[in-house]
Amino acid sequence: MTKTVYFPVVAVMLAPNVGSACSPGSGRGKSMKPTDTSNPDYFHKVVDCQWACPAHTDVPLYIRLIAQGRFGDAYIENRKSNVFPGILGRVCDRPCEPACRRGRVDEKPVAICRLKRVAADHREDITDRLPRGAAKSNGKNVALIGCGCASLTVANDLRPLGYEVTIFEALDTTGGLMRTNIPRFRLPPEVLDDEINCIIDMGVDLKLNHRIESMKELLDSGEFDAVFVGTGAPRGKNLEIPGRYDSDRIHIGIDWLESVAFEHIEEIGKRVLIIGVGNTAMDCCRTSLRLGATDVKVMARKPRGFFKASDWELEDAEEENVEILVNHSPKEFVFDDGKLVGMTFELMEYKVDDDGGIDRGTVVGETTIACDDVILAIGQDNAFPWIERDIGIEFNEWDCPVVDETTMMCTREGVFFGGDSAFGPKNIIWAVAHGHQAAISIHKYCQGEDVRKRMPRGINLLSQKMGMHEWSYSNYFDPAERRIMPHVELKERFKKLDIEVELGFTAEQTIQEVERCLNCDIQTVFAARLCIECDACIDICPVNCLTITPNGDEADLRTRLSAPAENPEQALYVSGELPHTSRVMVKDEDICVHCGLCAERCPTGAWDMQKSQVLIPYAEDEASGAQPEKKGVSVA
Amino acid sequence: MSYIAKPQVSHPSLRKNKLGLTSRDYEGAVSTLCAGCGHDSVTAAIIQAVFDLDIEPHMLAKMSGIGCSSKTPAYFVQQSHGFNSVHGRMPSVTTGANTANRHLTYIGVSGDGDSLSIGVGQFVHAIRRNLNMCYIIENNGVYGLTKGQFSASADIGSKPKKGLPNQQEPIDPVSTALSLGATYIARSFSGDKAQLVPLIKGALLHKGFSLVDIISPCVTFNDHEGSTKSYAHTREFYNHVVDVDYIAPFEEITADYEQGSAMPVALHDGSKILLRKIDGDYDPTSRARAFKYLRDRFNAGEIVTGLLYIDDERKEMHDLMGNVDTPFAELPMESLRPPKGELQKILKPYR
Repeated sequence: MTKTVYFPVVAVMLAPNVGSACSPGSGRGKSMKPTDTSNPDYFHKVVDCQWACPAHTDVPLYIRLIAQGRFGDAYIENRKSNVFPGILGRVCDRPCEPACRRGRVDEKPVAICRLKRVAADHREDITDRLPRGAAKSNGKNVALIGCGCASLTVANDLRPLGYEVTIFEALDTTGGLMRTNIPRFRLPPEVLDDEINCIIDMGVDLKLNHRIESMKELLDSGEFDAVFVGTGAPRGKNLEIPGRYDSDRIHIGIDWLESVAFEHIEEIGKRVLIIGVGNTAMDCCRTSLRLGATDVKVMARKPRGFFKASDWELEDAEEENVEILVNHSPKEFVFDDGKLVGMTFELMEYKVDDDGGIDRGTVVGETTIACDDVILAIGQDNAFPWIERDIGIEFNEWDCPVVDETTMMCTREGVFFGGDSAFGPKNIIWAVAHGHQAAISIHKYCQGEDVRKRMPRGINLLSQKMGMHEWSYSNYFDPAERRIMPHVELKERFKKLDIEVELGFTAEQTIQEVERCLNCDIQTVFAARLCIECDACIDICPVNCLTITPNGDEADLRTRLSAPAENPEQALYVSGELPHTSRVMVKDEDICVHCGLCAERCPTGAWDMQKSQVLIPYAEDEASGAQPEKKGVSVA
Repeated sequence: MSYIAKPQVSHPSLRKNKLGLTSRDYEGAVSTLCAGCGHDSVTAAIIQAVFDLDIEPHMLAKMSGIGCSSKTPAYFVQQSHGFNSVHGRMPSVTTGANTANRHLTYIGVSGDGDSLSIGVGQFVHAIRRNLNMCYIIENNGVYGLTKGQFSASADIGSKPKKGLPNQQEPIDPVSTALSLGATYIARSFSGDKAQLVPLIKGALLHKGFSLVDIISPCVTFNDHEGSTKSYAHTREFYNHVVDVDYIAPFEEITADYEQGSAMPVALHDGSKILLRKIDGDYDPTSRARAFKYLRDRFNAGEIVTGLLYIDDERKEMHDLMGNVDTPFAELPMESLRPPKGELQKILKPYR
């Protein structure tokens, strides 16, 4: 051996990408570019719940606050984005839960919605932390039509900026459909009043029993600098079949629920048929049981799996022994001596294709089912008889106003829509999201700014490393199953209309459920230049989401990772070229449990766990001109 | 090390082997070695190999001595047998265990200190007996547990973190094994599992002594500039000459190989390993040529890896001695202890 030469340069060296680690896949198609994590949407999307929420509530943050017993802080964090944590903690349509990563790892998502209720129910007095109406007017007047969740959100955002806000409400009470259509056994009036009043108390001029009959008149009055329409979708769909108008025992679901809410209706027949199987149908059948009905059937035209109602609402109804009959298409009402005695249905058969699509069905028979009352719950429509069609507000083919999805402004400048009245029936959380956006637009419009030039979202990343093996969050994966919400006994709950069925989580349940959250906002952030390709992170990852491999196009890369990345909805996080071999680090975001072990086993700190905070601009941020920052709650 | 155990949650699409186990079922305790230690990657490669071969955990025996390397058996296949022996004595203990029960699969994990310094005498005699075992050396050139002094495998000129470069000739386990007549000799790198896993599979199935010398960088004491056993240095001077594909008994050779570059070697259980010669000049069945090749490339500073030598003809220890197939541990006492008359007959020729 030549003793003077230690590491002579070898003339013919193999390609730097380590030998057999080189995959046949490389070279095909275009290689993926390094993931642009400076785009706020990238890490935002990893937080599935927050991304799915129309109002983008920072779910993992408030769950951690609950875990620390900081219920007031959790409430304020919620309120910032969704305004009605107590209400939504009971009746939100929870788009966050089907999106929750836990549901992909472990079947059932975190009970996000019911944890929100924990924060609302157990919060300390937070009155002095709520936004206040500005003492001094800025001289601009805004009319909000309808006192539902959309208008209230606009008021909540504009009052602190000094806007004079007037709410016109046709009924003699606030809350809109939240009060008239959601039964009290699901949403107690005290909860509604509490959260609505703190907005009204910001100095809103509330005009109850004041139906706006003419938009033209309102606009022509010149009293208002901007008008916001939040009148919902107040017209229940009708069912035009023989016998429809021959009895007063055939009800329209949402009107009937409203009459029950105002105590105009206090009883119903023993046998009730509910037509339709959406969430309104679920409220109708359960309300019927509390007004004296003993035999309630929900009649579905299609088979299970094609119901519009949320799974949990179906579950709750079936727990109360409501029967759901599938493949029954309404044909006609049946009378005996002028009295409604039943309804005839066509029995249907459907073909479901491999993609889950369903055909129009074929009639295979007929049946008549006896009943005393029928409630139609087959959908809602918008209704704008009070908006003249010649005042510059364009309507589309479905008789809905043409509304810009970003600015919420219609074709007449200065007139904005939100909630169900904008794009048809959605749900409360969408209405809140619309309200925030409309408030920004109204502010910009009133200040003479371009409503389209809006502040972009931002993102903050902050390392959560506290020490060698210590993170600021609970990184252990708790294998506990989803907690089951305790309910009032069946016998008890039917005694009165307003006995809230759900009792809320106990302290023990809360402690377990918060630990099920995977902390998806604690991001795995990678610095390629530090990586020595020791594989430590790949070896420790419990869910095989990391791979070091030669780059390739996305379709190719997805097939040759530690575990195949088969969920195209979830991004691949691709690094820049690694210093030693020019390969890339690829992370499949799909089922990462954010345990932090990759960062903990990394000898060079190439992986770090960083909390992402999505900065979402609200009207007050637009007004101050500064990037949105976290308000009120310190980082948990 | 980590404070939390590796969570018992796994990828929903995790594959199961013939025994219905997933690779997670072959894991052990969470490593207490330094973060980034090459040994942890070797552990992961062993888990993969044992899982792929459908080895029943209770039919595996993990043997080790003392050192960072010798801690690693704690980190894989928790439900198997294990023996953590005296420093450098793993080969003798394995010889004893294997003598008593030849039906188990033996995997010994050792290091450059355990095998090339204190245990070098044990190491060479296990080879000489052609003991049927897979002998893994996690080779990092330093004594990690005692804070990074050079070991017997440190290269001349390699720089320590502090102090003077090494001036002594290294002991190369591969050349040593080759000169002693080991029948399966491989070298690989902890950072290249694509090469390492099939080499371990071949070693586990080979009947006789299989050595897998694995460059496994010490991230704490020997991963700096000037070290010849660092991740960066190994990658720069890495040269794989013969790669191995493992072909299970029921599989056929389907991949397309260049004429003359692929060489199948049948293993005793009906599976095959397919040698893929990257360097066409290399002949992994000729001891003399392998020896020369290795010396030449070593002098050129290269780290030659792959299955460097294989001899599937030579008998392993039990067959050399003509032992019965039934493990001694399972034989009835009468068979193990012949009656006085029989014993006299056996001893007679030696008198």
